Amino acid sequence: MTFKSKNTNSLYTIFVTTLTLLSVLSCKTNATRTYLIEGKKIEVNASYEKNQAIESFILPYREHINNDLDSVLSFSPETLDKSKGEWQSNIGNFMADACMELANPVFLKQQNKSIDIVLLNSGGIRSIIPKGNITKRNAFEVMPFENSLIVVALKGEQIKAMAQHIITEKKPHPLNGLKIVINKDNQIIKILFKEEVINPSKTYYVATSDYLANGGDNMTFFLKNEGVFDLNYKIRNVLIDYFYKYKTIEPSNLQRIIKE
Amino acid sequence: MQRRTFIKKTAATSALISLSGVSLTSFTTTKERKITILHTNDVHSHIDPFPDNHPRNPAMGGVARRANLIEKIRKEETNVLLLDAGDIFQGTPYFNYYGGELEFKLMSMMKYDLATMGNHDFDNGIDGFYAQLPHANFEFVSANYDFKNTKLDGIVKPYKVFIKEGIKIGVFGLGVQLEGLVDKNLYKETIYNNPIEIATDITKQLKETEKCDLIICLSHLGFDYKNEADKPSDIKLAALTQDIDLIIGGHTHTFLDKPIIKTNKAGKQVVVNQVGAYGINLGRIDFYLSDDSKYISQEKNIIVQ
Repeated sequence: MTFKSKNTNSLYTIFVTTLTLLSVLSCKTNATRTYLIEGKKIEVNASYEKNQAIESFILPYREHINNDLDSVLSFSPETLDKSKGEWQSNIGNFMADACMELANPVFLKQQNKSIDIVLLNSGGIRSIIPKGNITKRNAFEVMPFENSLIVVALKGEQIKAMAQHIITEKKPHPLNGLKIVINKDNQIIKILFKEEVINPSKTYYVATSDYLANGGDNMTFFLKNEGVFDLNYKIRNVLIDYFYKYKTIEPSNLQRIIKE
Repeated sequence: MQRRTFIKKTAATSALISLSGVSLTSFTTTKERKITILHTNDVHSHIDPFPDNHPRNPAMGGVARRANLIEKIRKEETNVLLLDAGDIFQGTPYFNYYGGELEFKLMSMMKYDLATMGNHDFDNGIDGFYAQLPHANFEFVSANYDFKNTKLDGIVKPYKVFIKEGIKIGVFGLGVQLEGLVDKNLYKETIYNNPIEIATDITKQLKETEKCDLIICLSHLGFDYKNEADKPSDIKLAALTQDIDLIIGGHTHTFLDKPIIKTNKAGKQVVVNQVGAYGINLGRIDFYLSDDSKYISQEKNIIVQ
């Protein structure tokens, strides 16, 4: 490596310094500014080829999910559909009964108390379960959301408000544990829990989804409560566990709302 | 002695090199640069395209196609930033089975630069989000979520500054109010601060301290709430702040036909865009910058299509 003499180097430095000053002085120091913006949306449609590296990266994940979702867990002798039935549906009965059966031991273990009533909403049932083999995919289609079960402690007074809501809405909400007797004009005659009339000052434990427990779907009667207990049990997992437990799904046709 | 001379010479030479590179050329020509911003929002784990027989979005979207589109643009443009405005998680079994792992890995393969957090990104809790971060080669920003008492403290920063061909681009994030939308058990001690106030402070910082040439907000506030006058939205953010050049929105799944232009507090124009959801669209905003003096007194042109 060779070096220039010190003298040459100083001259060189002066030259550069002068040049720098010159450039600063003679050129206007213009700020960089945006003079044009172009904006658009590009549709990601079938005209674009699939990136093969990405596609083959996804493949094992997709296959694993599909294999798991499509493995047969149970069987349904008939199509379960929320639009079948005025006050209750076969799919609603199945869901409410499954939640009662599988969530009660969880609540018992957690709080040493029993669930008295289950109420879900018809709107939360997102699909039918067609007649035939039942797979995990059916559970995902019926319950695509991550809602989990919450137990809400309600006074009998609020249970009355709940019954009134069900009758007023006239939707086949999944219900277990409660019997609502109405007359031909859809007026409530009596509300029964284990064949006894609801006691306004007694506390009942109602299992529902976290969404409804927070007053979703206009179920505001849940908001005036005596306490809430999170079961950390997703409703979809209740369904999947129930499918594992029973080789055939035969919903009870026990009447929960009785018209006299 | 020799060493000292050498250092001095090196410094002078590099000064000369940088002069010929930047200042010298500015005597004769001006410097033109183009920054291309690509963006998505609310992809919601939609990794595969919609089925061909889907009633609303037949054969639309899909990561493998988006990746090719992005790759094509990267071949044509030098300065590309790829951003996401939140709700990466939740919506297909890919999320239920893998908790966001595949979403982050694919976004890393597509070379996403930055994202903000949507409410659904909390769906497996702060812990669930944190657990997936090793799969992301990109960072997250949020200026109005205060994570100091959570695992995300120091990980999700208020903003990030990118330098592309000498252009400084400051990108900050804003998130929607979590209370009432997300279970407290999931977002834990995350504190939500007023997004408009935070945006005012951050843009000042990006403009004055960081000396950014462009300021972009990645927002998961939602586009507009006509019936809720007090609810912060992208439209309000645009009108009540200044120095933001582009607001990339999310949350409301708003399918805008084209980006819209709003006037900010200082009477300047702001571009607001949101591209619906599920990876059906990719947003593209190109900024053309110049130091030519002829643009000094001229308001910028904005062409949206």
